[in-house]
Amino acid sequence: MSSIALKLLKPLGLPEKFNLAQLIKSLVVPMSGMLVFLFIWNIGAQNIHTSLGEFPGPAQVYEESKNLIAEHNRERQKEVAFYERLDIRNAKKLAANPDAVIKTRPYTGKPTFIDQIGTSLVTVLAGFFAASLIAIPAGIVIGLNKTLYSAFNPVIQLFKPVSPLAWLPLVTMVVSAVYVSDDPMFAKSFVTSLITVSLCCLWPTLLNTAVGVSTISADLNNVSKVLRLAWLTHVMKIVIPSAIPMIFTGLRLSLGIAWMVLIAAEMLAQNPGLGKFVWDEFQNGSSSSLGRIMVAVLVIGLIGFVLDRVMLALQKKVSWDKSVELR
Amino acid sequence: MTTKTHLELTGVDIDFPTPSGPFKALKNVNLKIDQGEFVSLIGHSGCGKSTVLNIVAGLYQATKGGVLLDGREVNQPGPERAVVFQNHSLLPWLTAYQNVELAVKQVFKNSKSKAEMKEWIEHNMHLVHMDHAMHKRPDEISGGMKQRVGIARALAMEPTVMLMDEPFGALDALTRAHLQDSLMEIQADLNNTVIMITHDVDEAVLLSDRIVMMTNGPAATVGEILDIKLERPRHRLELADDPEYNRYRAAVLSFLYEKQRKPGEVPTEPVTAEEIPEQINHEPESTPLLADEQAA
Ligand SMILES: Nc1ncnc2c1ncn2[C@@H]1O[C@H](COP(=O)(O)OP(=O)(O)OP(=O)(O)O)[C@@H](O)[C@H]1O
Ligand SMILES: [Mg+2]
Repeated sequence: MSSIALKLLKPLGLPEKFNLAQLIKSLVVPMSGMLVFLFIWNIGAQNIHTSLGEFPGPAQVYEESKNLIAEHNRERQKEVAFYERLDIRNAKKLAANPDAVIKTRPYTGKPTFIDQIGTSLVTVLAGFFAASLIAIPAGIVIGLNKTLYSAFNPVIQLFKPVSPLAWLPLVTMVVSAVYVSDDPMFAKSFVTSLITVSLCCLWPTLLNTAVGVSTISADLNNVSKVLRLAWLTHVMKIVIPSAIPMIFTGLRLSLGIAWMVLIAAEMLAQNPGLGKFVWDEFQNGSSSSLGRIMVAVLVIGLIGFVLDRVMLALQKKVSWDKSVELR
Repeated sequence: MTTKTHLELTGVDIDFPTPSGPFKALKNVNLKIDQGEFVSLIGHSGCGKSTVLNIVAGLYQATKGGVLLDGREVNQPGPERAVVFQNHSLLPWLTAYQNVELAVKQVFKNSKSKAEMKEWIEHNMHLVHMDHAMHKRPDEISGGMKQRVGIARALAMEPTVMLMDEPFGALDALTRAHLQDSLMEIQADLNNTVIMITHDVDEAVLLSDRIVMMTNGPAATVGEILDIKLERPRHRLELADDPEYNRYRAAVLSFLYEKQRKPGEVPTEPVTAEEIPEQINHEPESTPLLADEQAA
């Protein structure tokens, strides 16, 4: 097997060196699982009849994915053409009258599937970062102080299980009321999605950080005391490194939740993104809708998987406890 | 060796709060230690040796009485009373070098330049013979090596008192012998004051100027103090059949196994020192391998 292929396979958790037996185990077995799934899907799809026709099978979904990409390319070409026309018109205007006021209108085409993927990715990452920025420091402070921990624990336990769907109306109303500006830097819909995502994915990071920080070994604390480390040094040199494995466990859970929550929030609030794409297709109800939704479902799954792998790779990089096998 | 009272415990009591009321672990512990003295604490498990050490370290507060170091009261931990912890307590995410560096940076942040610090860290690593593995992390080195790094970290703080809680307890006999020899050398050079907890009678006699034997808890206190007047430098092989050495050993053993029989142990006929060594003597004293280990 070539080294490039090996590098590509590594993120999937495959060992670097392998013999035939390992090759079968790590490639052939998952492949067969995939094939069995496709087979069952195919058979199942043929036997499910909806008001929009037969449930899409693998072949149809493949076709739809090609269509979606083609649509995206067409849309991009239209956009390019639009700006070219605009430039030509403006150039003509300028040639006729050098003082003419140039108008540049942005292109207002319908966002394509690929655009929606981009929007969702940006939103989920922004929401996740905002949540982490709050959750990690808060978790450290709460974890270091027993009183604060017992004070806030009930609140955290209360909010942790709240579904995004419950937050959404509140967040929407609050954002509309509070986030008023003539020239907003971010769209309101973006802010709403971001806050909803943050509110839902805050908790695993917060709790895991607090637990990680509060379970730091008494011996290490004693080392810190004997050295008379200042509070900040103590936190930076002892507390955070020793809690890193737990913090990352929390972050991974949070990112997973963030991605699930975002799709739901976009669907419900009609905020741009993959969720809206799914909802629009559902409302559309054309013969290709189900196929297109199925493409979205697979893409959502794939992105979730990739996000988790990225976090895992990060976690492996920063984790000092090599004795635990991360997976 | 200069002699002025350096460290003094006077009337130390400690009560630990427990669900069933306060538990008096120590009662009226008195001890005076001179500058440069090597003192061992010995006693049965659970009698309160670590508690004494932690009080001197400032990690526990005495309920009554207190500790004076050079005339000043000890009421919080500090690097001038460096601790070598029983289980090494190295930060697992740092290399051996970085573990020592953390301590050195803290203690000498205003008095040493970067280059001087580096030299000082390497010097201390050299003292414990860890030059070859100083950039390895704790999970990549053996138990004995971790313990040595722990000692290097404590030494690097240039403490006035070194507090060692069973520093060699978890090690095999050969490594233990090797580290005991290193410790004797280092102490002869630096003339630190050392308080060391041990369960090993031979170790106590070999290393100490005085052995403090503690009574059983609860409300444990200093039972007897044994002055060890053996010439230094001491060599374990020569001492093995030194009658003086064996007399000291017998004294400690008789304290531990006759006067302070562990509570709950079935009292049998009085045990004589000669009968005991088989059970508690961890070291085959004249193993030829020992010489190899020391040469290595
Ligand atoms: N933080 C604490 N809270 C309550 N009781 C304690 C605490 N620390 C120690 N003790 C009690 O004090 C007594 C002495 O404990 P200590 O750890 O000093 O014993 P030790 O002599 O060091 O024993 P070992 O040789 O096994 O290490 C024990 O009975 C122990 O249960
Ligand atoms: Mg102890």
